[in-house]
Amino acid sequence: MRQLYDQLKDTYRLTEYGERHPGQAAAQVPAERLTSLLTQLRDAHGFSHLVLMTCVDWLEQGQFQVTYILHNHTRRQDFILKVRVDRAHPVLPSIHTLWKQARVYQRELHEMFGLEFPGSPGIDEPMILESWQGPPPMRRDFDTRKFSEERYSHRPRSHSEPEARMKEQLYPED
Amino acid sequence: MPEDKEIVTPVPPAERPEWVKDERTLTNSGLPEEERDWFCDARPRRAEKSWRVVENFMNWARAHSLWILAFGTGCGAIELRPLVTARYDISRLGMQMRPTPRQASVFLIGGYVSLKTLKRIVRSYEQMQGPKFVVAVCSCAINGGMYWDSYNTIKRIDEYIPVDVYVTGCMPRPEAVLAGFNLLKKLIREGKAEGQNLYADKFDWFKANQKQVITDWNMPDYNW
Amino acid sequence: MNIASKLIWAFISLGVVTVWGLTLGGIVYKIFARVQGRLGPPVWQPFIDIFKNNSKRTSISHGIMYYLGPVFRIAGGIGTYMFIPVLFGSAHFSNFSMSGDLLLVMYFIFFGQLGMALGAGEGGHPYSAIGVSRGLAQMTAFEVPFALSVISLAMQYKTLNITDIVAAQQGGFLNWTLFTNPLAVAAAMIAMLGMNMHNPFSIVIAPQEIPIGPPTEYQSAFLGLLATNRGIFNGAKLVLFMNLYFGGATNLAALVAKTFCIYMFSVFVGAAFPRFRAEDSIRFFLKVPTLVGIAAVLLWTL
Repeated sequence: MRQLYDQLKDTYRLTEYGERHPGQAAAQVPAERLTSLLTQLRDAHGFSHLVLMTCVDWLEQGQFQVTYILHNHTRRQDFILKVRVDRAHPVLPSIHTLWKQARVYQRELHEMFGLEFPGSPGIDEPMILESWQGPPPMRRDFDTRKFSEERYSHRPRSHSEPEARMKEQLYPED
Repeated sequence: MPEDKEIVTPVPPAERPEWVKDERTLTNSGLPEEERDWFCDARPRRAEKSWRVVENFMNWARAHSLWILAFGTGCGAIELRPLVTARYDISRLGMQMRPTPRQASVFLIGGYVSLKTLKRIVRSYEQMQGPKFVVAVCSCAINGGMYWDSYNTIKRIDEYIPVDVYVTGCMPRPEAVLAGFNLLKKLIREGKAEGQNLYADKFDWFKANQKQVITDWNMPDYNW
Repeated sequence: MNIASKLIWAFISLGVVTVWGLTLGGIVYKIFARVQGRLGPPVWQPFIDIFKNNSKRTSISHGIMYYLGPVFRIAGGIGTYMFIPVLFGSAHFSNFSMSGDLLLVMYFIFFGQLGMALGAGEGGHPYSAIGVSRGLAQMTAFEVPFALSVISLAMQYKTLNITDIVAAQQGGFLNWTLFTNPLAVAAAMIAMLGMNMHNPFSIVIAPQEIPIGPPTEYQSAFLGLLATNRGIFNGAKLVLFMNLYFGGATNLAALVAKTFCIYMFSVFVGAAFPRFRAEDSIRFFLKVPTLVGIAAVLLWTL
């Protein structure tokens, strides 16, 4: 897939090529070239299947990295595209016009990370977290353990010592 | 055991809308204004037992014909499927799976309970009739289990609905679930499985706990 | 026999048919389970279910028609049974059989389901009439071959009194309607598959199909009443079919044996087939069984 990368690298300013297996390559693309690159890959190079969209929170660098994986069925190749956006202002173009299923992925990322996809239909509908009023919970600066200890009541630990009890029950002569 | 009087927290007069009959009526506070008097506004009441001989016979019939609500709330729903197959066969014990809470007596809380599921569990539990029992399987229902530090699951199910039997495991094997059902049958025949009356007595405490975690309460206060 | 003792014996025979109908249901569950390799519930499980349902401490009613639905249904069941002579030649077990009771029994078969439709229409669900209308549509469909078969019987025996029909079949195997009018029996047995509501016509009482309507709305004491009615109604239909087509019975052992075999016919068919949709079952009944019934009628007019 190196030829494909070289072919597209100047037009779309791709950087950081990586290849783990013969059919799986990764590259990084800036946010403003994203939609045109995805359209070009889908229409001209046969990557017709959007496998998934996901997000990584680089807290130390202050960036979100959104990952798109495209798949080419005729040549059995995966192309992994990574986009970095600023953590304070995470806005990305919505690709629901290219693939309808992107609507669902974008809804989930909006709920869990707080990413904005302007124009995506139904992005404010809650998916898993009905009535959630806190910060987006998958961000790394959200302390889920502290939140759950404050919000929910926990059962006190039972000091039952099962090992000692079973030993006394089964092998009393020891 | 001494039967307590009902503990009723009355609605203060200043907050009552004009259709509320007396201080024991529920205000259905989660619903919009025009729908509030469409839904049931009576509190759940204690159901009294009858004479001892009749009650013993009825407990025997209840224990030998437990109908399970076919609502798989979490991973524990997987454990219901082998029970119905030929190897463990709960139909020889008289149990069958019913699709509606109106006809079911046992609610099997299988596994973790997220907030979205808790709302539906409360709604289904309140629609069940008669002496109703809850069996909670898996460690997530006991103390949160694998999700003990999660922001979206509750850790103690018995603060929201009354539970009769806990079965430990992650998942428990079908034999363990059957042992739990045997314990439930023993409790029913001794007359100790009175979750419905506990819910009616401590209704305000349960409801306050539920409303504390379910913040978008858009259903009646008591779903008949 | 004076009317008081006749009434007492009629209620005793009603008790007998209730116990027999429910036990038959339990035996069928056991047979299904053994065929599937399981152990199955005990034979008296339907009784335990009825006791449990009647011992529920709360129940929800949605109005007076909802309350009266099961009452109508069990009235239909008891009414069906009360006019069928159970044992031929027995003064105790001949209920209230009179001339013309065949039409009255056919009316009562339909009456129970109609009353249930009225009651379920006032259930808690706004669309509960859907569940009921499928049952009514299927019932209308299977009444057609059954009615044609009854007309053919009436023309053959020249009477509408069930006791006379049974009397005409006495005196050996070959006098049964099964051998003297086989087309009518064929149409009626296929109609019986629809009446018993096993597969392939079980869409009406299967609660997983559409979870609204009578199979899912009724609970606690209402469900106990409906389950009791299922025993009475099944027993009444089987006794009716035995009297009309298979020679009647002169003692209780023959009654038990013959009704068991007739019920096993629909159970065997039910174990082998999946479910029809409601419109498929209507189309099924209005094609071949109706033609068989018409042929049976024409045979006796010519």
